[in-house]
Amino acid sequence: MSPPVITVNNVSFRYNEVPVLEKVSLAVEQGEFLGIVGPNGGGKSTLLKLILGLLKPLQGTIAVLGSAPQEACRQLGYVPQFIHFDRHFPISVCDTVLQGRLGKTRTFLGFNRYDRKRAAQAMEETEILDLAQRPIAALSGGQLQRVLIARALACDPQILLLDEPTANIDPKVEEDVFDLLKRLNERITMIVVSHDIGFISNYINRVACLNRTLVCHTTSAITGGILEQLYGSPIRMVHHETRLNGSGKAHGNHQ
Amino acid sequence: MNGFIDALTSQTFLQNALWGSVLASIACGIIGPYVVVRKIGYLAGGIAHAVLGGMGAAYFLGKSPLGGALIAAIGAALLIGWVSLHEHRQEDIMISALWAVGMAAGILFISRTPGYNVDLMSYLFGNILMIPRRDLYLIAFLDLGIAVTVLLFFKQFLAVSFDPEFARLRGISVEFFSLLLLTLVALTVVILIQVVGLVLVIALLTLPAAIAGNYTRTLGRMMVLSILLGFLFTSGGLALSYQPDLPAGATIVMLAGGGYLLSTLGRRFRRP
Repeated sequence: MSPPVITVNNVSFRYNEVPVLEKVSLAVEQGEFLGIVGPNGGGKSTLLKLILGLLKPLQGTIAVLGSAPQEACRQLGYVPQFIHFDRHFPISVCDTVLQGRLGKTRTFLGFNRYDRKRAAQAMEETEILDLAQRPIAALSGGQLQRVLIARALACDPQILLLDEPTANIDPKVEEDVFDLLKRLNERITMIVVSHDIGFISNYINRVACLNRTLVCHTTSAITGGILEQLYGSPIRMVHHETRLNGSGKAHGNHQ
Repeated sequence: MNGFIDALTSQTFLQNALWGSVLASIACGIIGPYVVVRKIGYLAGGIAHAVLGGMGAAYFLGKSPLGGALIAAIGAALLIGWVSLHEHRQEDIMISALWAVGMAAGILFISRTPGYNVDLMSYLFGNILMIPRRDLYLIAFLDLGIAVTVLLFFKQFLAVSFDPEFARLRGISVEFFSLLLLTLVALTVVILIQVVGLVLVIALLTLPAAIAGNYTRTLGRMMVLSILLGFLFTSGGLALSYQPDLPAGATIVMLAGGGYLLSTLGRRFRRP
């Protein structure tokens, strides 16, 4: 068996005096579809940023594809939460996706023909090719999410990391996005951060429950007791076979 | 208006002034959209006012004020840029401090300069009618530098402005390109000071680009439209101010402000 693509070993991190992660260890295998769940402020996004090399661990080590995160980050595709940039920025879908080619293309002048071809393939795969010339300000939440996934795919990533990919879109579109991710998982290792446990457990092989400390489960092993431990209050379970339709958004199961 | 066109054919100083407006429009049309989309108008204002310190010092030492302006502008841009990247919480204070202290230093230097006292008003509000030909060559050279740099690094500047975190993950040096972009803002400020003076710089840096942003959907097209609008406002202001002998810089800014008001109102009425 090949070595894990990501190894997180005993990592701790804090912002100023507030501890966010404590002695977290995690190994991600090639081809896996890992879900990281946990309450807001539980350290999910922080763990992603550590893996991406945007933050440095205070203690412990992280190896990505056999090297340090800062060196490996060009092999990763990152889909950030989309609240973090200006949706009225004057940029087209195509130009946004092309940004995924940065770091693989020439330094001077514009993108070359190969970059444009790869961007077109990424848009084709995410079914947004017909939106290529639209400004991003004119997109729906689900469309914008696909644009961000296409941008990450244009990087030719070996691993795709997504931070709350369904936070701002409605449940029907959410299902489409996860179906897309499931398809991509046939060739790309996936890590998805979500607070939507009930929903993602239909798609993932393994779930890491993160609330400062991290516990891993295979999806079939999630029980009410584990969730209660994670969220610190009794939780109504949505069973894995339950497909959510328009009415019951999975946030409900945290109450 | 006819008087202006007649004078334009015969008077060298008016021809120089018109060339000055063309060259200034190119710089502010290319850089203005970055200032608008990155929302750094206040930062640009800080650089513009800090420039008075450099101009005053150069004047005091008997050197070219334009040289002093260039050094002060780039220095202020790099300082604010560095603070913004590393001590983001201090950015606002830093800009305010540079803004006021730069002006204070300039005024002290000018007051201590012996001999015939410089016309402070022309630094503050510009005097495009007095622009000498050799300054036009320098401005043209700066324009060329700005245009070539933006052409070479267009995709990096776009990425750093749109989503710096993602740009960093793709191996782009966000720090280098942010500071380079601010240096270009500083050069543009120095060019615009020749036309409208340092108090009014922000108007030309933001208003044409903001109007262009109402009608275009990509940064490149926003730049082209900004250049055209900038030329319309500067040359129009020059022409309007000529006959009644109004201050050209202030007339240009009023025209740009009126244009922005109309464009924004028009947009509201079109899409209620």
